[in-house]
Amino acid sequence: MSNLNKEKSRIRVLIAKPGLDGHSRGARVVAMLLRNAGMEVIYTGLRQTIDQIVSAAIQEDVDVIGLSILSGVHVEITKKLMDKLKEKGVDIPVVVGGVIPPRDIPKLEELGVEKVFPVHSSFDEILSFFKERFEKKDVSKGDRGFKEREQPCEVG
Amino acid sequence: MKDKLEEIEHKKKQWEQELLFKKKFSSATTSWGHELEVVYTPDNLKDTDYLKDIGFPGDFPFVRGVYPSMYRGKLWTMRQYAGFGTPEETNAHFKYLLEQGNTGLSVAFDLPTQIGLDSDNPIVEEEVGRVGVAVDTLKDMEIIFDGIPLDKITTSFTVNPTASIILAMYIAVAEKQGVSPKKIGGTLQNDILKEYLARGTQVFPPGPSIRLIGDIIEYCKDHVPRMNTISICGYHMREAGCSLVHEVAYCLLDAIVYVEEALKRGIDIDDFAPRLSFLLGCGMNLFEEVAKIRAARRLWAKIMKNRFKAKNLNSMKMRIFSGCLATSFTAKEPLNNIIRGTIMTLVAALAGCNAIHTTSYDEAYAIPSKKAIRTALRTQQIIAYETDVASVADPMGGSYFLEYLTNRIEEEVEKEMQRIEEKGGILKGIEEGIIQEDIVKQAFELEQKIQKGEKIIVGVNKFVSDEKEEEIELHQPSKDVLDKQVSRLKKIKEERDNQKVQKALAEIRKVAAGDGNLMEPILEAVRNYATLGEITNALKDVFGEYSEAAL
Repeated sequence: MSNLNKEKSRIRVLIAKPGLDGHSRGARVVAMLLRNAGMEVIYTGLRQTIDQIVSAAIQEDVDVIGLSILSGVHVEITKKLMDKLKEKGVDIPVVVGGVIPPRDIPKLEELGVEKVFPVHSSFDEILSFFKERFEKKDVSKGDRGFKEREQPCEVG
Repeated sequence: MKDKLEEIEHKKKQWEQELLFKKKFSSATTSWGHELEVVYTPDNLKDTDYLKDIGFPGDFPFVRGVYPSMYRGKLWTMRQYAGFGTPEETNAHFKYLLEQGNTGLSVAFDLPTQIGLDSDNPIVEEEVGRVGVAVDTLKDMEIIFDGIPLDKITTSFTVNPTASIILAMYIAVAEKQGVSPKKIGGTLQNDILKEYLARGTQVFPPGPSIRLIGDIIEYCKDHVPRMNTISICGYHMREAGCSLVHEVAYCLLDAIVYVEEALKRGIDIDDFAPRLSFLLGCGMNLFEEVAKIRAARRLWAKIMKNRFKAKNLNSMKMRIFSGCLATSFTAKEPLNNIIRGTIMTLVAALAGCNAIHTTSYDEAYAIPSKKAIRTALRTQQIIAYETDVASVADPMGGSYFLEYLTNRIEEEVEKEMQRIEEKGGILKGIEEGIIQEDIVKQAFELEQKIQKGEKIIVGVNKFVSDEKEEEIELHQPSKDVLDKQVSRLKKIKEERDNQKVQKALAEIRKVAAGDGNLMEPILEAVRNYATLGEITNALKDVFGEYSEAAL
């Protein structure tokens, strides 16, 4: 923590729950997974508006926004977020997780979502995607996958 | 008797040496890690006193069920959670369910209704009518129950921070039908503490939220005596990932908070406790889950008798609504969920639950389609009418293994309750986010077990098929709900007496600022077609809003 460079080299992730749905199990488990793997995770809490999510992402200078949606409104909400990012001229990759029927995955990808993690996505799939896609070149520290760490860190 | 047990114990040791240990066998544990023997025998129950610890159905400590004749006197209520889109669609759907033999209604509200936002609020547009029916004013409730006599059916409402407003609307609909509120019945979920813990529809801070619950309990005691004022839930924490031991512990601790709130108002325990009801999950571990429900009934009976000095037997009865744990359902090979739903429904029936919800096989994706809802209802009917499960009370009771598990779960729950009470109690734990963290940790560990294949889920981490799956037919939300709701709301706002509405809202603010009962003022506002959002905002003006601690 004392080493600023090391701090900077960590992948920064915003996990957000947009809309009114209160089921946060998935979001919080994924937040714990990414933290245990050494990433910097900001979890926004429930009922975030699109504006709040976009400003948090900008303010926290994150590498990626992860949306967690279980109420069936994933296409509508994701579209709003992508439009807002475009409007603000911000280029932050977006991933979506949650209860996503297979037929909706192409729709989300068309909106510009980089990756969709429907139910049953494995920890390995999620971690390897995040690492391959967002790992910074100057990181000298080795892999810090969750498997090597016995004790999960606390969320927050 | 004692000699006989010693003889069994002795013979068991002999049997182990001579037969059991001759060949290798795998070890097994309960879901919370307690090592299991290969077989259970009378000596495993040597500390159990049948008359004191188990007894008869309908009598203390209610292990074997809360009614003497159980399902022969009254079969469980088949209560399928339903409701979507517009009030008109929900009305048609309810009429369909009643024709199909459903014996109780259960209303699912959309999220805006659950958290007190009107359909014309711009931040909610995509959520209107999505996971349930949209209700903005009394008018919507009138449509939902049009042609359904409220004195002939009971209705369960899955609503929490806005429970007082929905209850007021239901009373007002009864008045319009010419039915006395004394004759209407059903269940309000109205359990706010589990919202902070798991379900996430909280609006006000804990203090005023608990007061609102107290107001409902107090009001219903005199005016709506057949209404179950609260359904205290363990289910949602379980679904959020905690163990079955924690599920019962959190549920009972929350229940104690509500009981204490009512007692604080000087209401006699026996005047309200018979109207408290419970919601627990039923999962796939058949024996553990049945044991859990039985242990929960015994624990509650003891708490009410010993801690709160209840005298009426009805105050000690834990009446349970149970639903399948939907998190046991898989998105992969969804038809397998029909089998899972059957097992979990069977668990609920074997455990003597009083009302049962069977989850529909497509619910790992969306709210259920009509076809899936029918299959779920049929699951219950097949168990009720084609098997002998309903023939005797507590048919599994007396199984050495089941009684042993019932005792162990009771002990584990007591330990957990004590641990939380020693750390300052459940309310403090919720306010500081400690309980929420505990639940996430448990969820994470469970997920790790699944991914490592330590906990098997067929079709997901074992016996996985490469075949491309056919997509199942899913419920399609109707497109014009938002427009319909918004235009109805606009019309009502034009037609109602706005002066009366403002006066009623002012009265709500006034009473909220003092310590009077809020039910009358809310009922008055509802009768004058004040909206759910307006009433919620009036309460927010005084109570403030809860914000989740930064996690």
